[in-house]
Amino acid sequence: MDLIWEGLRKALELLLTLDPEVLRITLLSLKVSGLATLISLAIGLGVAVPVALNEFPGKRLVIALLNTGMGLPPVVVGLFVTVLLWRNGPLGFLEILYTPTAMILAQAVIASPIIAGISLAALQHLPPGLQLQILALGASRPQMVWLLLKEARLPLLAAVMAGFGGVISEVGASIMVGGNIKGHTRVLTTATVMETGKGNFDVAFALSLILLVMAFSVNALLTNLQQRSRRR
Amino acid sequence: MSRETLLQARNLQVHRGGAQVLDVPALDLRAGEVLALMGPNGAGKSTLMLALAGLLPPSKGELRFRDAELRTRGDREAFRRRMTMVFQDPLLFDATVAQNIASGLKLRGVPAAERNAQVEDWARRLGLGDLLDRSARHLSGGEAQRTALARAFVLRPEILFLDEPFSALDAQAREGLIDDLGHILAGTGTTAVISTHDQAEAARLSHRLAVMQEGRIVQMGGLREVMNHPEDPFVAAFVGMETLLKGQVVACQEGLLSLRLRKDSGGREVVAMGEAQPGQTVLVGVRPEHVALSLQTDKTSSARNAFPGAVTKVIPRGPFFKVELDCGFFLAAYVTAQSLAELGLQPGRPVIASFKATAVHLIRREGLDSEV
Repeated sequence: MDLIWEGLRKALELLLTLDPEVLRITLLSLKVSGLATLISLAIGLGVAVPVALNEFPGKRLVIALLNTGMGLPPVVVGLFVTVLLWRNGPLGFLEILYTPTAMILAQAVIASPIIAGISLAALQHLPPGLQLQILALGASRPQMVWLLLKEARLPLLAAVMAGFGGVISEVGASIMVGGNIKGHTRVLTTATVMETGKGNFDVAFALSLILLVMAFSVNALLTNLQQRSRRR
Repeated sequence: MSRETLLQARNLQVHRGGAQVLDVPALDLRAGEVLALMGPNGAGKSTLMLALAGLLPPSKGELRFRDAELRTRGDREAFRRRMTMVFQDPLLFDATVAQNIASGLKLRGVPAAERNAQVEDWARRLGLGDLLDRSARHLSGGEAQRTALARAFVLRPEILFLDEPFSALDAQAREGLIDDLGHILAGTGTTAVISTHDQAEAARLSHRLAVMQEGRIVQMGGLREVMNHPEDPFVAAFVGMETLLKGQVVACQEGLLSLRLRKDSGGREVVAMGEAQPGQTVLVGVRPEHVALSLQTDKTSSARNAFPGAVTKVIPRGPFFKVELDCGFFLAAYVTAQSLAELGLQPGRPVIASFKATAVHLIRREGLDSEV
């Protein structure tokens, strides 16, 4: 029990004194996962909108693939992205392995199917006649897509939350393509794994606490947005 | 009323999954008229309406709006800004009533100040003046459909398509809304197409009637024309000509016909107006509105047909009651609540049913003899 209490006390100290290393790790986590979520939102909607609005052969297969993609294990993504970015790999010339860019890329691969899958379900749950109604009100096609997304804004926010939650907490891909390099690619999850391995439970506790608080605040913010638009 | 043809469809066909679901050789919509499409579910009313509205590209055929053919996707898009459509489901946006009514204007880039004045005007005309800031989520079914109608009328559409707009409403909300819609359509002179499976609704709102069956228009004409002179038994049943009996012409004299109903229809004799060959088999149709009920034979009446019978069933039908009778054959009559009470109409009550010779509609068709 002492171990836990001592760890928590030390963790609070690190947090309250705004330890520069902890701060840097936290900000990088936010930056990497935030950017990865934004990219995934663009990709996710780019896939979900045409799939939802059009009928084409193989549509069911695409949806099944997307739903499978929602459960992609981060280590598998890490492995593939590493191989792609490896010096002799097909994308080796980019020379971005072991950089935050590689981590953003890997996290975007993880979050895109999550956001695409939930967005697709959200769009498919809109009333079936809504598209025709919007067109009958004189909307152009881009206007129609915008209005449909606006109607589905609540579940779309849920998609963003799920995407961000998935990448901020993953460790496998980040450690493989980022390398957990101090001051360069070290993020909250990779640092926690390392500190725990070294027996530095106090630091690990501090980092985990930040991770929890961060995940909680981002979701609280989005939930607040969601509930506010519900009440209106 | 102007008689210019606004919308013209020729040889309009829609195929779905290899099957033909719509085949309309010709349909003209004239400026200022309200055309009702009637038919059972699956008759193709909605498909025809979507095709006419440019929302469903037909597999074949031609659509012209104000003499310009709608051929390309661009043509149809431009047309969509000059018409609008209200569906059975109000399909409101998750926003306030005012924002919903304004949505079509906003899509057209109408400035906010101009928009607000028009939104308020139409909200008031549809009885939504106090609900402008209410979320569309918290509206009753009737209020929601009124919002959808305001959202449509505020666009001043050159053609308004109404796809079963009242089917999802309870009787009370429906009555008020049909009245209001009738006033607005007449007041604005809006050209409209409305689909319904309710003949009373069609009678109250439309000038012309097209009865559909299996993707085809089986009869199209003026409202009274189709209601009183259906061309075949399907249309007759659908437009509310509830009594339809098989008979044979026994005599024809100066436009006055004597018909003998078949034995299974009681074998009674009916007098009608019209021309027919003695011996010809016909269907004898009588609308329930044209049947009068009394407790004793009225010697002073001009009704040529009077049959003693007994009430078998009384069914409430909105503002009136439908009374089914057994006069040796089936006969239906509409009566008001007052008559129902005064005559003490209830199952078993003996009454005299009468109708004029001019109220009898004859359907003459090849092959009637061989049919049931």
